[in-house]
Amino acid sequence: MRRLFDEELADLDASFTEMGMLVSETIGKAVTSFINHDRQTAQEIIDNDSQINQREVVLEKKTFEMIALYQPVTIDLREIVTVLKAVSELERMGDHARDMAEATIRVKGTKRSASIEKNIAQMGELSKTMVKEILSVYVKDDAQGASEIAKQNQAVTDMAHQVRNDVITQIEDDAKLATSGTDYLMVAGHLKRISDYVTNIAEWIVYKRTGKIVDLNSGSSSFI
Amino acid sequence: MTSSILTTENVKLYYGDKEALHDINLSFPEKGITALIGPSGSGKSTYIRAINRMHDLTDGVTVTGNFMFKGKNIYAPTTDTVALRKEIGMVFQQPNPFPFSVYDNVAFGLRIAGEKNKAVIDEKVEKALKQAAVWDEVKDVLNKSALSLSGGQQQRVSIARTLAVSPDILLLDEPTSALDPVSSHKIEETLMNIRNDYTIIIVTHNMSQASRISDRTAFFMDGNLIEISPTKELFTEPKEQATQDYISGRFG
Amino acid sequence: MAQNTPLNTEKPTRNIYQFGEASEIALATKNLHVFYGNNEALSEGDLQFERYKITSLIGASGSGKSTFLRSLNRMNDNVATVKGEIMYRGLDINSRAVDVYEMRRHIGMVFQRPNPFAKSIRDNITFALKQRGMKDKEQLDAIVESSLRQAALWDQVKDDLGKSALALSGGQQQRLVIARAIAMKPDILLLDEPASALDPISTSQIEDTLLELKEKYTIIIVTHNMQQAARISDYTAFFHMGKVLEYDETRKIFTRPKVAITNDYISGNFG
Repeated sequence: MRRLFDEELADLDASFTEMGMLVSETIGKAVTSFINHDRQTAQEIIDNDSQINQREVVLEKKTFEMIALYQPVTIDLREIVTVLKAVSELERMGDHARDMAEATIRVKGTKRSASIEKNIAQMGELSKTMVKEILSVYVKDDAQGASEIAKQNQAVTDMAHQVRNDVITQIEDDAKLATSGTDYLMVAGHLKRISDYVTNIAEWIVYKRTGKIVDLNSGSSSFI
Repeated sequence: MTSSILTTENVKLYYGDKEALHDINLSFPEKGITALIGPSGSGKSTYIRAINRMHDLTDGVTVTGNFMFKGKNIYAPTTDTVALRKEIGMVFQQPNPFPFSVYDNVAFGLRIAGEKNKAVIDEKVEKALKQAAVWDEVKDVLNKSALSLSGGQQQRVSIARTLAVSPDILLLDEPTSALDPVSSHKIEETLMNIRNDYTIIIVTHNMSQASRISDRTAFFMDGNLIEISPTKELFTEPKEQATQDYISGRFG
Repeated sequence: MAQNTPLNTEKPTRNIYQFGEASEIALATKNLHVFYGNNEALSEGDLQFERYKITSLIGASGSGKSTFLRSLNRMNDNVATVKGEIMYRGLDINSRAVDVYEMRRHIGMVFQRPNPFAKSIRDNITFALKQRGMKDKEQLDAIVESSLRQAALWDQVKDDLGKSALALSGGQQQRLVIARAIAMKPDILLLDEPASALDPISTSQIEDTLLELKEKYTIIIVTHNMQQAARISDYTAFFHMGKVLEYDETRKIFTRPKVAITNDYISGNFG
């Protein structure tokens, strides 16, 4: 009897990982298109956001059905709950990617800062990598690895602060940077939120593995 | 944990030479529900039948170990098993009312115990049927044969019959496995009603029943007590892999 | 579905009525009513059973689900009056003209309590085949093996087919009874609470067996165990007071039933 349940659980995991890959790619594209002023890619991200939302709905429905049909307990229940919580985090990451794409379309022809954009690009690369890595430890059921990834959140936070300081300093020097500077702040904020969500997923992976609900978002990491 | 009403230590049970229970140590605090779960042949029914000496009636069965009930040794030669079974009552899988009226079924034990006062018996019969949550359904048919009731009603009358003689401990051996979900649900409600008044030990194959109604759950396998934990813990964080496998349906 | 059935013809003959081609709908009831004396135990039983699927019939005691199931292969003939049509491969098998024994070869039944014959494991399976005139030992052996394999019992009993069926455990006995039904090569298997007398492990094995069997058979099962219905069936029919109140895909019934009474029943809210 387990066989059927195990098959459905494997399907659930596969669909969850697929959704994660899609979100991770979208974040990467959102950052690149922002840096490259690529409004066409930005528009594609906005158009495709509904696909991410759709996957969330499908996965949620699947978890509800599995709970109703199989009444799972212990580790089975934790695995399903983890997917249910983590898909919401992925969906929110998708929303932030979309918001970045909207900023890309909004900013045109204003004066920009190469040094800040370089930092944002680094931040984006790190956030995207965190999303990829968290999916990999989810698949490996690696609570230790999840905790390690969550620690990188501090680096993203530090980079976000760096962006903020640079924006303030550079606007003080040149008021024409005010428009793009505001968007830099917002994009740094989006990336910071994305890495917070990665931390949340890491907490659920620890829960799935150990049954303990933990807080991996230690220390001050507020930005926006 | 509060003081135990029943303590069993180093319990072994043999069918002939074959050891069927291996050194079970289990004690029960006063009041509340303990569920015993495990596969067929795991020893859970064998174990509760040892508690009120049901095996005395079977040839070739030997029980060893200490069974202390309210400070007395259950297996002492001086124990009056009829009196013991009044204090530790048992309800079986198949409802087994006597072919008497509903009233006489419940009054039976009281009369055996020597109660003659009609008013006292009336009062105790009513109280027991109310505790068993079947009063409203049978109060107008108390003189009808208990056998004319539905299976679920018969089982609740059986519970009332056991409760009428004011036992301390109620043993139930798969009391709902012959019943449909609606009747099972009523039995569960009955047990929830009386959980604060009696120490209840229930053997069940229905794991969701154990998780719904019990305070503690014990998992038996192959004649061993594998684990006993608060029910919430056993069904979320079992200590033993074997428990985890069983409750999540991994039967190998 | 083929509609070529002469209804209620009064000729009580054998094998005049040929079953037609099998279709996507393995069995369909139309306007089925069952009476015990004047007491109507089932009304408005209109259900279609899809081929190679498992359909669960659930509902409280007295809801009519077992009455319905037993009507499907005419087990109620002598105890109740069954009105309406039961269409199987183009024939109304509720018609008096149908040879009931022939029909039951196509639509087999497994009961709640395992009821193997007090014979060897092998003889349990070959008994009915021999009665039907099959003598070839090799052929019989082949059927014994394939039936036991399909019922997931072969590995446990293959070295001891001469052993009494009564020496098997309850779960094994029930799988033997299923093997016995399969040996007749039925299209449809009816099961009346087949696991309710069994512990969770044996129950799980029976459920696994049924999931294997649905590759080749259409299965209709009455169960009091709602989790069982949820776990194994493709479709679920909820019976209430002699009527089919709701019939839908199992995952729909157990996540968003349309009828409030169904919702209450499957959530264990029995008022």
